[in-house]
Amino acid sequence: MELFFDLLLVFLLVCAVAVSLSKNLLNSIIVYMSFSLIMSVIWILLESPDLAITEAAVGAGVTSILFIITLKKIHEIVKDEDKEEEHHE
Amino acid sequence: MSKQVPKEVYEKTRSYKFKQWLSGTKDPFLDTVEMKPQKEFYESEKLIHEHELQHQSIVEKAYDLEHNAQVRLFQKIYNIFSVIFCLCLVFILLVGVSYLPKYGHEENPVNNEVSARYIGQGLQETGAINIVTGMILDYRAFDTLGESHVLFLATCTVLILLRKDKKKYQETAEHNDRIYEPKNDVILQTVARVLVPFIEIFGIYVILGGHLGPGGGFSGGAICGAGLILYLNAFGFAKTEKFFTGKTYKCMCFGALACYSLAKTYSFFTGANHIESVIPLGTPGAILSSGLILLLDICVGFVVSGTMYTFYVMFRKGGY
Repeated sequence: MELFFDLLLVFLLVCAVAVSLSKNLLNSIIVYMSFSLIMSVIWILLESPDLAITEAAVGAGVTSILFIITLKKIHEIVKDEDKEEEHHE
Repeated sequence: MSKQVPKEVYEKTRSYKFKQWLSGTKDPFLDTVEMKPQKEFYESEKLIHEHELQHQSIVEKAYDLEHNAQVRLFQKIYNIFSVIFCLCLVFILLVGVSYLPKYGHEENPVNNEVSARYIGQGLQETGAINIVTGMILDYRAFDTLGESHVLFLATCTVLILLRKDKKKYQETAEHNDRIYEPKNDVILQTVARVLVPFIEIFGIYVILGGHLGPGGGFSGGAICGAGLILYLNAFGFAKTEKFFTGKTYKCMCFGALACYSLAKTYSFFTGANHIESVIPLGTPGAILSSGLILLLDICVGFVVSGTMYTFYVMFRKGGY
């Protein structure tokens, strides 16, 4: 169990660094989602299931959806075909 | 409508004179002033072109990294200082953390008479098996009241920032809304049809069982809101607006907040601990057991689920 906990903490660090280093904003949001998910597992291991449920619902669910919606609004999410066209131009 | 007055009488009234003076058509010293409409601001195409060229040359000069040594130097210094700043911040935080007491140690400052009372007598006093819920909805219900109001205020702020009132904007928003999304996606719709009822029921279970096990108003409300968002994504606004519009949200949120405030301020004014409620403390473990906690959980759940859903709708379309 100790090893599992340490592994999760390492995952958390990797996710946190990957969020800030990723060039693609959509990728960083998805990594951030997994960060929240790992965090909720850690909350369960720390014996606070209340927080785990909230973290899974708000952190991994609603916040990420709001981020993705915002990305769509600022036209950051583009279809692949459109991207190729942009490159040709 | 007010009663009709002949024109000559009306022109002698003070309000008419004041209105004329306000609009500038009549001056007490110069008598009637002839008003000329202002000329529209006009810029010839040549001027516009010139301005654009100027702007472009400025931008080119500023971002020309190969020849502009000043910008290059600034960028280098900026990078170095940002790294130094981050390292300093990390160092300060680590030093701060190193002074924290050891996790779970028995002589920690948190282990005082307050937590002893919560753990020892929480079950008798609040009737909630889940001590956390007993704490946040009974001993510290005032905090939770503030939290729900913070959520409501957040929704109001999002409304102020993102709401689109005019019909014209709403139509374009509706058009922009679905550009990159598959309309009536079969996979999404099938999955949503299966999953949404379970998500909603699980959310309701988490809300209602807040005093029996892990959960409570906030987490359950968030789950319900997430289920609603999934349903909206799969089936579109036409279906969700049959049962959830802006008006529903207003009624729901206001009703829940008012219910919470009335139920709890009553207890604050009458001396906190001993209030009579419809639901008795009863036997621990039954759903109808822990006084007001069930009611308050439902209120918080309503506020949170409505807030989550409204956030999503506002971000996406800017109005119901």
